[in-house]
Amino acid sequence: MTDLRMPNPVAAPSRSRAEERNDSSATDAPVGSVSGEVSAVRGYLLSRGNSAGSDRFFAGAMLLCALAIFALVALIAVELMTQSRLSWHAFGFSFFYKFNVDPITHLPLFWDPVNGVFYALPFIYGTLVTSLVALCIAVPLAIGLAVFLTEMCPLWMRAPLSFFTELLAAIPSVVYGLWAIFILVPLLREHINPVLMAIFTEPGLTHLLGWTGLFGDNGLFGGVNLGLGLLCGGVILAIMILPIIASLTREVMRSVPNSQREAALALGATRWEMIRMAVLRNARIGIVGSVILGLGRALGETMAVAMVIGNSPEIHLSLLSMGHSMASVIANEFSEATSDMHRSALIEVGLALFLVTIVVNAFARILVWAVTRGAPARVQ
Amino acid sequence: MNRNRGRNLRSLWRSGVDHLATGLAILATILVVAPLIAIFFYLVYKGASSLNWAFFNQIPKPEGEVGGGMANAIVGSAVVLLVASLFGIPIGIGGGIYLAEFGRGTKLANAVRFTADVLNGVPSIVMGIAAFSLIVVPMHHYSALAGGVALGIMMIPTVTRTTEEMLLMVPHSVREAALGLGVPNWRSVLSITLKTASPGVITGCMLAFARVAGETAPLLFTALGNQFWSVSLNHEISALPLQIYNYAISPYDDQHRQAWAGSLVLIALIVIAVSLVRFVTSRGTLKGAS
Amino acid sequence: MGVGIEVKALNAWYGSNHTLQDIELTIPANHATALIGPSGCGKSTFVRCLNRMHETNPVARVTGTVRIGDLDIYHDISPVEIRRRVGMVFQRPNPFPTMSIYDNVCSGLKLNGFRNRRELDEIVERSLRNAALWDEVKDDLKKKSGASLSGGQQQRMCIARALAVDPEVLLMDEPASALDPVSTSKIEDLIFQLKSQYTIVIVTHNMQQAARVAEKTGFFLNGRMVEFDSTHKIFTNPSDKRTEDYITGRFG
Repeated sequence: MTDLRMPNPVAAPSRSRAEERNDSSATDAPVGSVSGEVSAVRGYLLSRGNSAGSDRFFAGAMLLCALAIFALVALIAVELMTQSRLSWHAFGFSFFYKFNVDPITHLPLFWDPVNGVFYALPFIYGTLVTSLVALCIAVPLAIGLAVFLTEMCPLWMRAPLSFFTELLAAIPSVVYGLWAIFILVPLLREHINPVLMAIFTEPGLTHLLGWTGLFGDNGLFGGVNLGLGLLCGGVILAIMILPIIASLTREVMRSVPNSQREAALALGATRWEMIRMAVLRNARIGIVGSVILGLGRALGETMAVAMVIGNSPEIHLSLLSMGHSMASVIANEFSEATSDMHRSALIEVGLALFLVTIVVNAFARILVWAVTRGAPARVQ
Repeated sequence: MNRNRGRNLRSLWRSGVDHLATGLAILATILVVAPLIAIFFYLVYKGASSLNWAFFNQIPKPEGEVGGGMANAIVGSAVVLLVASLFGIPIGIGGGIYLAEFGRGTKLANAVRFTADVLNGVPSIVMGIAAFSLIVVPMHHYSALAGGVALGIMMIPTVTRTTEEMLLMVPHSVREAALGLGVPNWRSVLSITLKTASPGVITGCMLAFARVAGETAPLLFTALGNQFWSVSLNHEISALPLQIYNYAISPYDDQHRQAWAGSLVLIALIVIAVSLVRFVTSRGTLKGAS
Repeated sequence: MGVGIEVKALNAWYGSNHTLQDIELTIPANHATALIGPSGCGKSTFVRCLNRMHETNPVARVTGTVRIGDLDIYHDISPVEIRRRVGMVFQRPNPFPTMSIYDNVCSGLKLNGFRNRRELDEIVERSLRNAALWDEVKDDLKKKSGASLSGGQQQRMCIARALAVDPEVLLMDEPASALDPVSTSKIEDLIFQLKSQYTIVIVTHNMQQAARVAEKTGFFLNGRMVEFDSTHKIFTNPSDKRTEDYITGRFG
């Protein structure tokens, strides 16, 4: 069988003919004449040539976009490092733990831009304390919410409730801050802090548990009650990270196969026992991951905290005392920083924050990935 | 007899614990939802009672004077967000296309995906510093451009990841159909795959947009804020979140009032965006795709 | 007008899997040729080698020569160009979900930059008529999405889409396997009508279908082509024992 016909030899000769055809085709070319050698359509397509060049260009452009993501992260890191070199050379690692002592009051002095004292310890302290307070409040609530949503909630409530939690995540930080200044601070000052103070300075309890250092006038809730301070920062952070932890926990719980639940129920477990044995046990790594992801968010959260934390670079045990966090000090002082050293020190705080959040986030992602098996865990 | 009673007690205990756990979960839900509703209604109440026409068509009055509005901040936000979208969305979508169409399964793609997640976790204030030292320092002045770039960088990871996910949902047969017709690969990716996935991709862009629309921290020392009209990319510019922040920490009642009004406007914009997204996605991202 | 296909020493791999081994074959122009064989025998891979779709999979590899007309498709021409000359209809109907029926049919032209409205109208009508779908859809060509048609209609639309670029060869990879009997018979009628104008290669696991539509039939087994002859001979007097076993239903 050698019925190999050749109605259109390779490009060159047919191309010119094709172009002619295509040009004249607007008037009365015999469109699609099956009998003809090369139809107008065929001729046109033959004239298009191959697209290797444009394909390569397109693939290159997309690759460039992907690489831009790398480049941006690298650029951010490099910029932060070069811009903080001044303070790094001046203080080294002592930046993160040392402090001066005020010659008059004999109190520790950490941060005094006017006199060129820059030690970041109180910011690290403030960030850690507010984040811890936030986790203590948010984690039980978020897990409770997630359990309710995945295991107990009647179907008709599920959609509106998850929509509400999503909404909570969509409210901007600055609005939370505004709300905190006008509602949360008075609420804490008038109603909640007095109760906490009464409990923690109660003489009997102080006598009994004073050795922990958490009770009494110098304890966890001693000092002046202004409403502002570390506790307030922690509470507002808790409200803000709740939806993140809740939605991720829900995702992880949903990835537990139903057969596990059925197995537990078939053994005669009550619903709670089923949740504990089948769901929480299987999802625990993922839940830890989502909590750490929430922590990552809390560490870097800026505006709401800056608006209620009190903004003073001090370290006190009391949660009612004013403080400062790493992010809030940058927000407050950066645009007013006049000396190079001040600016450089603030950028070094930013660099530290950057590195810590990267480590925390990477760790959390790995945990969440491990459970949902590579299914991308989305946080909005 | 004794054993029976033991068993009864035990089952009583177990059902008690069960009820307790259920109760706690419900309590947690109420504790989460109640403050949200409280925040929301307080915001609507405060904001709505503070809104007036002046808010939308006047610029701020000098410190301490009553009246004025945030017209310049609303326009400023629009300008900054436009810059952010023009910068962030193309790169984000391009990155997503690379991950889904070209780099599938490669080490580079995994690394890019991981980097995008890292970028997603970078605190917004750090993004502000980065934009400051990348743009403000070389230009020697604050600018709308710097603010827009800072927000644009923050949009990239969300856009990239959703674009990737949505492209991966497009059935392979659709790609084959296009390639089988002799359509160039770039054309097939743009006009077929991306177009098929476009509802989902738009969703991602809207989410990213809604997220950065409320960001304040990256603008503090890039866009800086401005009490006057400005739409120039080269000058300081006001933005809604910035203005809310400045007014919230000011001592004047009238400015507090305007901060609430501004918050309501901001939230309304974001809620509209998010609900729109919900609406679009609930109608099926890939309607009709086999 | 169709052209013939000449395949020499074709080998294809899918990862480390040697899916096609030393295929030698000459397919006549303007006839329908059926490829049969048990599933996994390589017949689908074979047709995908004829328009270089096989290589869209990153782990796939091909050696050997395929000549379509006078072109060696692996040397003389780029994959994009050859696919414009060799139309393909896939196993499951795969309309472009975002496009109307009209846009679906002329997508091969539009996406290649063809813009002449009047001609597009004509081509769409002709292609749909050729695919025996025109009367069913002519009233809502631009209103209805291609994905809203029934499965059989979708598949005929996909055939129209392949015909719209006026190919020299039409490859069909089990085009009726996902369809009901009525739609299947429509597709078969269609193949019967089209084979005077196009060189058609149809993969099928339905032997009756092969017998009904094709002049020539090839039998594939385990990546090799066991026998290639006129359909009549294959089904009545195959020269290879394995072909006979398969035809008579002794395996597969």
